[in-house]
Amino acid sequence: MAVIEFQGVSKSFQRHAQRQLLRSRIRAMLTGQLKDRFQALRNVSFRVEKGESVAIVGHNGAGKSTLLSLIAGLAIPDEGAVHINGRVSALLELGSGFHGDLTGRENVHLNASLIGWDRKRTTELFDAVVEFSGLGEFIEEPLRTYSSGMVMRLAFAVAVHIDPEVLLLDEVLVVGDQSFQVKCIDRIREFRRQGRSLIAVSHAPALVRSLCDRALWLDHGELVMDGDVNSVIDAYQGNIVR
Amino acid sequence: MWTGDYRYVLTNLIMKDFRVRYRNMSLGMLWSLLNPLVMMGVLTFIFTRVFPSGIENFPLFVLCGLVPFNFFSLAWISATTSLVDNTGLVKRVSVPREVIPVAAVLSNCVHLGVQISLLLGLTLLFGKGVHVQWLWLPVVWALFIPFVCGLGMLFAAIDVYIRDTRYVVESGNTVLFWLVPIFYSFENIRPEYADLYRFNPVAALVMATRNILLDGQAPATSLLRNLTIASAAMSLAGWFGFQKLKRRFYDYL
Repeated sequence: MAVIEFQGVSKSFQRHAQRQLLRSRIRAMLTGQLKDRFQALRNVSFRVEKGESVAIVGHNGAGKSTLLSLIAGLAIPDEGAVHINGRVSALLELGSGFHGDLTGRENVHLNASLIGWDRKRTTELFDAVVEFSGLGEFIEEPLRTYSSGMVMRLAFAVAVHIDPEVLLLDEVLVVGDQSFQVKCIDRIREFRRQGRSLIAVSHAPALVRSLCDRALWLDHGELVMDGDVNSVIDAYQGNIVR
Repeated sequence: MWTGDYRYVLTNLIMKDFRVRYRNMSLGMLWSLLNPLVMMGVLTFIFTRVFPSGIENFPLFVLCGLVPFNFFSLAWISATTSLVDNTGLVKRVSVPREVIPVAAVLSNCVHLGVQISLLLGLTLLFGKGVHVQWLWLPVVWALFIPFVCGLGMLFAAIDVYIRDTRYVVESGNTVLFWLVPIFYSFENIRPEYADLYRFNPVAALVMATRNILLDGQAPATSLLRNLTIASAAMSLAGWFGFQKLKRRFYDYL
């Protein structure tokens, strides 16, 4: 059964920088120049089966993050259809939903409730989350005193405990130190052994090769290659060198 | 699909606002009392000394107007800006968008609790005594808060598309300060303008609060009926408007 299915999906954004201001809206309405759109994804179709682990590669602005937003249900496609079966947990940006003035403990509760845990589950899993993060006593300190690596540890610890059918990662693994990266990679491997799916955007080829078995290559919003992770990355890197 | 616990997420968002606001203040909750007390002092000075209005128990009278108005104006503006202020949440976390403006409104209920305690304390101080009609207070507020939630959802959604909305709300609050009988009495209004107040939920709340605390009377049935209708209509409008507008939030934030 496919956990993710994209059928001819296109997504575009308005290009105007100040489009949310009243005067530019009125001007656009009068001059009729609402057509200037940026095409983030163009007719993209693919399926991800249960248990598959897929990397998404491509240049900056190729549409990778837009693709993840569509999978997470944050954005809605202009054309085509996105079908998702199962619970998706997204780690799209470090510490989104965290607040610097709250302690680690308070942030875990806030973040857990935002991504859909109830109070009982959060209380049960709290110790495991802190244990995994390895933050120790820092959990009672305000988040603004954390290093970016520590924020990532906490965010990642919450995200992997949600028990999702699909985990989305957008370039977040690179911040942690070596030992935490190893721990995360172990966790992701274990997660995959349980038959769950992973979608990862990363510019670190070694990491992608070791975690994923398939890759999608996006270029200017188009899916140019879909296949085995090694052949796609070789082709992508060959393309950069040329 | 998000299958979480709405109550838990709302509690956490409200606690976040509360903690962020008070953790760095040495006087903490006292700030919630300072603003209404200062306004009460200034307005009492003006309308008992400079332009004597002849209203008895003026400090209590004016506070009955200030507490509902303060709640309304703060809740309205903070809900309006809530989605834009929480862009990171809307774009990166798949929490139901509705909880963000609703949490912004409910966060202000913490201040409201403090200010209502002040109001009740002052009522006792003016020798009015505890009255069984006080039980109407939770009723009128329970009718009023859904109205503000609906309004907040609608304006929050519009603010995503047109960022000037917050300035419209700010002006709206200034105008409303004069169009709600805060420092004057509804009885003094000329009959031809009465409709301006009769269909204004904030004015209705002020009048109901005075009925209950100053006169020890239940609010008028017509007032309760109008408040119920306004509340139901605004919650529905807010909800459906939000459902329609939320589909493109990602694109505009």
